[in-house]
Amino acid sequence: MTDGRAASPHEITLVVNGVARRARVPGRRLLSDCLRHDLGLTGTHVGCEHGVCGCCTVLLDGEPVRSCLTLAVTVDGRDITTVEGLAGPGGLSPVQRAFAECHALQCGFCTPGFLCTVTALLREHPTPTDEQVTEGISGNLCRCTGYRNIVKAVHRAAELMAEES
Amino acid sequence: MSTRLFGEPMPRREDPRLLTGQGRYLDDLGPGALAAAFVRSPHAHARIRDIDVSGALDVDGLVAVYTWEDLPERIGRPLPLLIPHPALTHGRTARPLARDVVRHVGEPVVMVVAEDRYLAEDACALIEVDYEVLEPVAGLEEAARGDRLVHADVPGNVGAHLVQEVPSAGGRSAADAIAAAPHTLSFRLDIERSASMPLEGRGVYARWDGADLRVYSSTQTSTSVRMAIAAALELPLPHVEVIAPDVGGGFGVKIVHPWPEELLVPWAAMLLGREVKWAEDRREHFVAAAHERGQVHRVRVGFDDEGRVLGLDVSILHDHGAYTPYGIIVPIVTSTQLLGPYRIGAYRVEFTAVYTNTVQVTPYRGAGRPQGVFCMERTMDKIARHLGKDRTEVRAANLIRPEEFPYDQGLTFQDGRPLVYDSGDYPEMLRMIKELIGWDSFERAPGRGIGIGCYVEGTGVGPYEGGHVQITSDGRVHVSTGLTSQGQGHETAFAQIAATELGVPVERVSVVTGDTRRFGYAVGTFASRAAVMSGNAIALACAEVRAKALRVAAAALEADPADLTVTDGLVHVVGAPSASIPLATVAVLANPLRYAFDEETARATQFAGAASPDRPPVEPGEEPGLEGRGYYSPIRSTFAAGMHAAVVETDPETAEIKVVRYAVVHDCGRLINPMIVEGQIHGGVAQGIGGALYERMAYDGDGQLLNASFMDFLMPYATEIPPIETGHLETPSPLNPLGIKGAGEAGVIPVSAVIASAVEDAEGISIDRMPLSPSDLFHLREGA
Repeated sequence: MTDGRAASPHEITLVVNGVARRARVPGRRLLSDCLRHDLGLTGTHVGCEHGVCGCCTVLLDGEPVRSCLTLAVTVDGRDITTVEGLAGPGGLSPVQRAFAECHALQCGFCTPGFLCTVTALLREHPTPTDEQVTEGISGNLCRCTGYRNIVKAVHRAAELMAEES
Repeated sequence: MSTRLFGEPMPRREDPRLLTGQGRYLDDLGPGALAAAFVRSPHAHARIRDIDVSGALDVDGLVAVYTWEDLPERIGRPLPLLIPHPALTHGRTARPLARDVVRHVGEPVVMVVAEDRYLAEDACALIEVDYEVLEPVAGLEEAARGDRLVHADVPGNVGAHLVQEVPSAGGRSAADAIAAAPHTLSFRLDIERSASMPLEGRGVYARWDGADLRVYSSTQTSTSVRMAIAAALELPLPHVEVIAPDVGGGFGVKIVHPWPEELLVPWAAMLLGREVKWAEDRREHFVAAAHERGQVHRVRVGFDDEGRVLGLDVSILHDHGAYTPYGIIVPIVTSTQLLGPYRIGAYRVEFTAVYTNTVQVTPYRGAGRPQGVFCMERTMDKIARHLGKDRTEVRAANLIRPEEFPYDQGLTFQDGRPLVYDSGDYPEMLRMIKELIGWDSFERAPGRGIGIGCYVEGTGVGPYEGGHVQITSDGRVHVSTGLTSQGQGHETAFAQIAATELGVPVERVSVVTGDTRRFGYAVGTFASRAAVMSGNAIALACAEVRAKALRVAAAALEADPADLTVTDGLVHVVGAPSASIPLATVAVLANPLRYAFDEETARATQFAGAASPDRPPVEPGEEPGLEGRGYYSPIRSTFAAGMHAAVVETDPETAEIKVVRYAVVHDCGRLINPMIVEGQIHGGVAQGIGGALYERMAYDGDGQLLNASFMDFLMPYATEIPPIETGHLETPSPLNPLGIKGAGEAGVIPVSAVIASAVEDAEGISIDRMPLSPSDLFHLREGA
């Protein structure tokens, strides 16, 4: 344990939401902590710190990953999208709008993880079946909504994306 | 500009910030703060012989280490017992840091403060605590035997014992009524522990500037945390502010206060002159926060040929865990709400609440009701089975009739007041739920069953809440209330109420909750009370502001206030919208000024010529400004009710249980925002399904919690929750001006009962314990 802090910090560059960000982090720094505490992007949340709840999900080169199970130094130079980067210049993304419209969030703590997960899901399955939706979000815990409105929101987001493409 | 009002499914105000990562949860605050971490007991029961912190002192970035010996008397003493009760003869609470004995795994022993959390945990790992391990009291029944004690000075581990008895109309006791009944049954029910388990844990962040203390806490009651901190730190109340920022779910656990960390973190911040923050991690939340539900019920019931209950006698063994900071609210609620929508001949209920060497038990959404409803509804199903009657027919025979309201159950409720149901229509609700689920046309098949569960929920308990409403000279409406929010959409619902009451576009209304800088008097968010209590208080505050606006506008328009009304933010003569004045201008005129800061406010200055020189600028009895304050304090709780039904399928080989349909009929009086109410119900049902089928706190005989992680404690994912069909019945509460009842806990309360009912129907095996895992069902089949 003392080795972790004795070792000299590493200089890394993460391309977060399209912007290159530098950080000096110890080898043991989690990506979630690096985003939240070193880069000040607190939209990514930490619910369990062992990769089960999915609150900390971010997109790494477009693929959803658990930032609480990822060491920041291992993603040096990579592209990361967090919840702060989902909205476009024109406003909220279709996924974000669909979540609001369908009341797919309550306390909002798990929401950033769901939004990242669903953004990737719909890229892969633009018109997902019910089964694909359930399966696609089955790695994210929500304690407030009972999930049904989240399922509805995923379908609604798919509709919005189809309408707008 | 749209005017969306009371009763509309208005989109939530909260969502834009929460959807873009702009929410501010506890650990998002104080980026430069020092981090606190805790050394916690690894033993369920042990005596601390020695604490050696020397190993930690070499950690670079260590700032401070505190044990109990370092604490001043006012911090080191046992934490408050929040809700004393005469029956709680042996209430016990923990000290913020253990002094000599630890009584559950997870109890805090040492606090470390360091430059960041990593370093604080490094230091924790290097602190050695020498324990003399004592025999733990692990199970509920072991505790009741009293062979070993959790607290040396609590004989038999019994913290509380309470009997309530209501004789029949003819004066017969429950025992006599049961003895004389044509049919009797007796049985035992077991309900295991679960927990609120919000996805954000607890957390505290404190700043001290030498005179004033500001504390942020992920709490359900900032006003009460504030008073507790002021008392413990001996600070004048006006020098302490407590703010609940965005809170990532509460579900009951965050109503407990002050948590050890809520005193220790501010104390350390003052001592060190630095900002200090602690954010709970998931394992800490499992072993150091609170659980609920664990009870054993022994039931005797006597009934007639129609299934009418003539006498009911329930003995409850309730597991407190190691401490009783929240008193005995949970078993009181179980005992009293057990009766549900039924008229029972004679009732006797007794509970014994015992200590175990486990995490303390405090309310979790439902707060004792799920256990009580499980008991009553299992009883109804057993009566039906005994008589060979349809389960809904037996329930119908026992329901309180609409003409019987207000209905006095003859018991004392959790607020110390009579348990009197204010309004409802239970037979209609039963008709609706049968129709919604298709009860009468259900096709039974092996491995396919249907179940039902009914409940009544006392909501909106007092003593009071308040609201403050201010209209500023830009025409905006600022609403604040002291209670807190954890995802219920209060910013939206309260804005709907204010917009409706004031006659302003809802877009102009903003709402702040849980910030003692804005509103200092409050109780907190629990017991499905926020909408009832703060909703009505805000409506009353709005009425006051509106009346003042009409007085001021009447003078300006040279009209009678009685002829005025407010529409879309304009005060005008009824039927003559042309003679009008905007509320923004009324706000300006309501505050006579010497100094102007813009053109609008120049109208209120002394040479503007509006006021009479013979009158004081502020009339006696008036105050400057357009604002008002209102408090709502009900004589007693309102009573919401609901009936749920479900269809389940069980796998013949794996005994897996799948909920294929779930239906809810619910009555929470008038709906402020149906979308939000429905969301509350969905979330509650999901937690209920978790409690019915998956969630249990697996303590071993040594008092170790074996499943203290999300990997092992199974909460439902999307894959476990079926579509939820809902129907609303609205019987307004006669107790409050808005006619509303609470909805926060509605979804969760009867779910275990419903699932048990359905599985029993599918399997033909008595289901007497919850949760029911595939393995449990498999063994029940083997034993059948």
